[in-house]
Amino acid sequence: MKLRRTKLYLPGNNPNMLLRGHLFRPDGVILDLEDAVSMSEKDAARILVREILKQGEFGECEVTVRINGMDTDMWRRDIETVVPCGIDGIRVPKAESPKDMQILDEALSEIEENSGIPIGKTLVFCLLETALGIWNAYDIATSTPRIAGICPGGEDLRADLKTDRSDSGEELIGPRRIVVLAAHAAKVDALDTVYSNVTDDEGLRRETEWIKQLGFQGKSVIHPNQIPVIHDVFTPTQKEIDQAQKIVAAAKDAARKGLGAVSVDGRMVDKPVVKRAEYTLQRAGLLEGGE
Amino acid sequence: MAVNAAGRNIPNTIPGYGDVLPFRGYTKRLPKGNRVGKKNRAAFNTKTDKTLPNIKAAIKASGLESGMTVSFHHHLRNGDYVVNMVLDACYEMGIKDLVVFPTALFGVHKHLTKHIQKGVIKQIQGSVNGPIGQLASEGGMELPVVLRSHGGRPRAVMSGDVHIDVAFVAAPTADRYGNLTGAHGESACGSLGYAHTDADFAECVVAVTDNLVSYPALDIQIPQTQVDYVVEVDKIGDPSGIVSGTTRVTRDPMRLLIARYAALLIEASPYFREGISFQTGAGGISLATAAYVREAMRERNIKGSFGLGGITSFFVGMLEEGLFEQILDVQSFDLSAVESISRNAKHVEISADWYANPWNAGCVVNMLDTVVLGATEVDRKFNANVNTEADGALLHGIGGHQDTASGAKLTIITTPLLRGRIPSVVDSVYTVTTPGEVVDAVVTEFGVAINPNRKDLIEAAKSDPEIPLVSIDDLVEKAEKLTGSMTPVEVEDRIIGVVEYRDGSVIDVVRQLKK
Repeated sequence: MKLRRTKLYLPGNNPNMLLRGHLFRPDGVILDLEDAVSMSEKDAARILVREILKQGEFGECEVTVRINGMDTDMWRRDIETVVPCGIDGIRVPKAESPKDMQILDEALSEIEENSGIPIGKTLVFCLLETALGIWNAYDIATSTPRIAGICPGGEDLRADLKTDRSDSGEELIGPRRIVVLAAHAAKVDALDTVYSNVTDDEGLRRETEWIKQLGFQGKSVIHPNQIPVIHDVFTPTQKEIDQAQKIVAAAKDAARKGLGAVSVDGRMVDKPVVKRAEYTLQRAGLLEGGE
Repeated sequence: MAVNAAGRNIPNTIPGYGDVLPFRGYTKRLPKGNRVGKKNRAAFNTKTDKTLPNIKAAIKASGLESGMTVSFHHHLRNGDYVVNMVLDACYEMGIKDLVVFPTALFGVHKHLTKHIQKGVIKQIQGSVNGPIGQLASEGGMELPVVLRSHGGRPRAVMSGDVHIDVAFVAAPTADRYGNLTGAHGESACGSLGYAHTDADFAECVVAVTDNLVSYPALDIQIPQTQVDYVVEVDKIGDPSGIVSGTTRVTRDPMRLLIARYAALLIEASPYFREGISFQTGAGGISLATAAYVREAMRERNIKGSFGLGGITSFFVGMLEEGLFEQILDVQSFDLSAVESISRNAKHVEISADWYANPWNAGCVVNMLDTVVLGATEVDRKFNANVNTEADGALLHGIGGHQDTASGAKLTIITTPLLRGRIPSVVDSVYTVTTPGEVVDAVVTEFGVAINPNRKDLIEAAKSDPEIPLVSIDDLVEKAEKLTGSMTPVEVEDRIIGVVEYRDGSVIDVVRQLKK
């Protein structure tokens, strides 16, 4: 199972961060050509990102590039530049319709074919930053097999919802729930938006615990110091691992003996419990498999 | 010319310095003969007040003449007024050709430029931080700067390499009979560690204070037995430049990453056990390393024996929490350290001799388990440069770098692989300050390189998969790949700086920059 607990945004015009971002060991890096880069620097950033992708030194990180939106005339040049470098995926902002995703899919396939990259290798992660995008979450997530994850927006979404930021974040409760529901229905990852106060570790921990409970698999990150906090929340504790191992072992034993349900520590262990235990072990890197 | 043990080609004689003893290895040079000392003197109850009305009167009384050597300590750091004040007075009194022997100079001493140009100062033997270093590098001084470590300096004084004619000791508090302390007063600086050898060995000792108190002063650090005259002035320094506020741990992610690797290496080493002693600087990475080590000490319930060095609020916090038995303080960096030294019996002032002099019966650095140091450059042989920058300019002193590296069981140098576009891990350092034989590990954000001579440490580090072990060659190549090769610094033949090893041999020289 590919862990996507943290995806660190790296400004596409900042060589210092682009070269060092992976050293902080996020699960993935997002080389950003969109919001982090001013209009006058778009071309320079695209070239810089291409050269750094060619060096290909990102450790174990899943490498994605956030392209400019499909409502601009830049997204095609973006993917033509970065996809031939053999990246793991692209992150597309302001995704609103499954139709757009199909257009993107076709464009990606063409570039992959011309660059000798297996067709379909480049995954797509969609940012749902408008009310329409959230409303269409399931259709977007199932629009092409390339879609690997969907993520609710932050500030853009708040603006489109005609609301603003609150301490509790209640204005995004609904969108977050829809994204989780749509993602799991479509068998893609539900990935949460950034926590923008980079000096508030406690607030970040609270929000991460909450979105994990909602059903998200991870979170975007805008500062390296946020990574250990999020990993800590998403990494199963030794106690959880021990319990999961016990359950999986008991289930295997029961299957061998042809039994249905068994009990562990006096608690009934049925299929969903075993599934959850397997997921815990996958997250701890102790069990292969998972979607 | 002879190639020394650091691989540097050094002339046999250097104009303005004299004959050169080449560096042969960190334990190779041993002393001969006896220590030197000052003339005997006597004092009776016929004179019980050592105060003089002003600096000029003290200069006159001290017998200071052209060509002599005057010393200063740097506990007032960038807030110091005393060095400039004394040399202004010398200039006005027509005294010339002085050898200035400070423990260090700072940016505030840029003022001395005019005295160098007018011939009041002939030579500086001591750290030249900043503008004076730049001036020397450009050929603006007649005689070469002589750089010594915190331990090498008292060694040079006690062995007679340097004879101090007059020591001017800035004293945040003094009484009329010459008892001095840095613990109290408006200009309090805490420890007076660097001043002790000068007070003991200078032919004449003049205390300069802005807080004259009734006899006897409290918490005496330098006693009346060593002080000849006391001068009260309006201000000895600017408190905001003397000590900083509370020292905070950085949030810079790259510095934190390097610090975390350094801390993991310490934790994996055999020295992370009950009774560990350590020293870190006050720089961002050093302090963050200490913060991670503190966490690990708490988690594993380990109590340290002593914290050493330049002391910050961070070490004071660890002492108060019971993570150290004692603090041994040669220099107090912030207000909290100053406050602690005057009230906590476990916070002990030590002299530079006690701290780091290789030629006594045993200095504290020999008891040190781990030290975390910085450097402007390190190279494939683990040699470290702390004196010159990438442009070849002599901008920093040695501090305790050579001393702690040679004494500690685990010496770690932390540095970003690149500073801007300048690599810090290079093929060969421009100036060797500390020889690679006493450097155990180089820690960067791109990985941790352990000196191949420390097979035990390499094995220990392998036990923690979180430590990204690489070779020093890997780091050099990585840096080169990212930046391309650097254009070598262009220099003249003329030597403008002599870098002594702590034993008085010459480990390297710094040459004048080409215009």
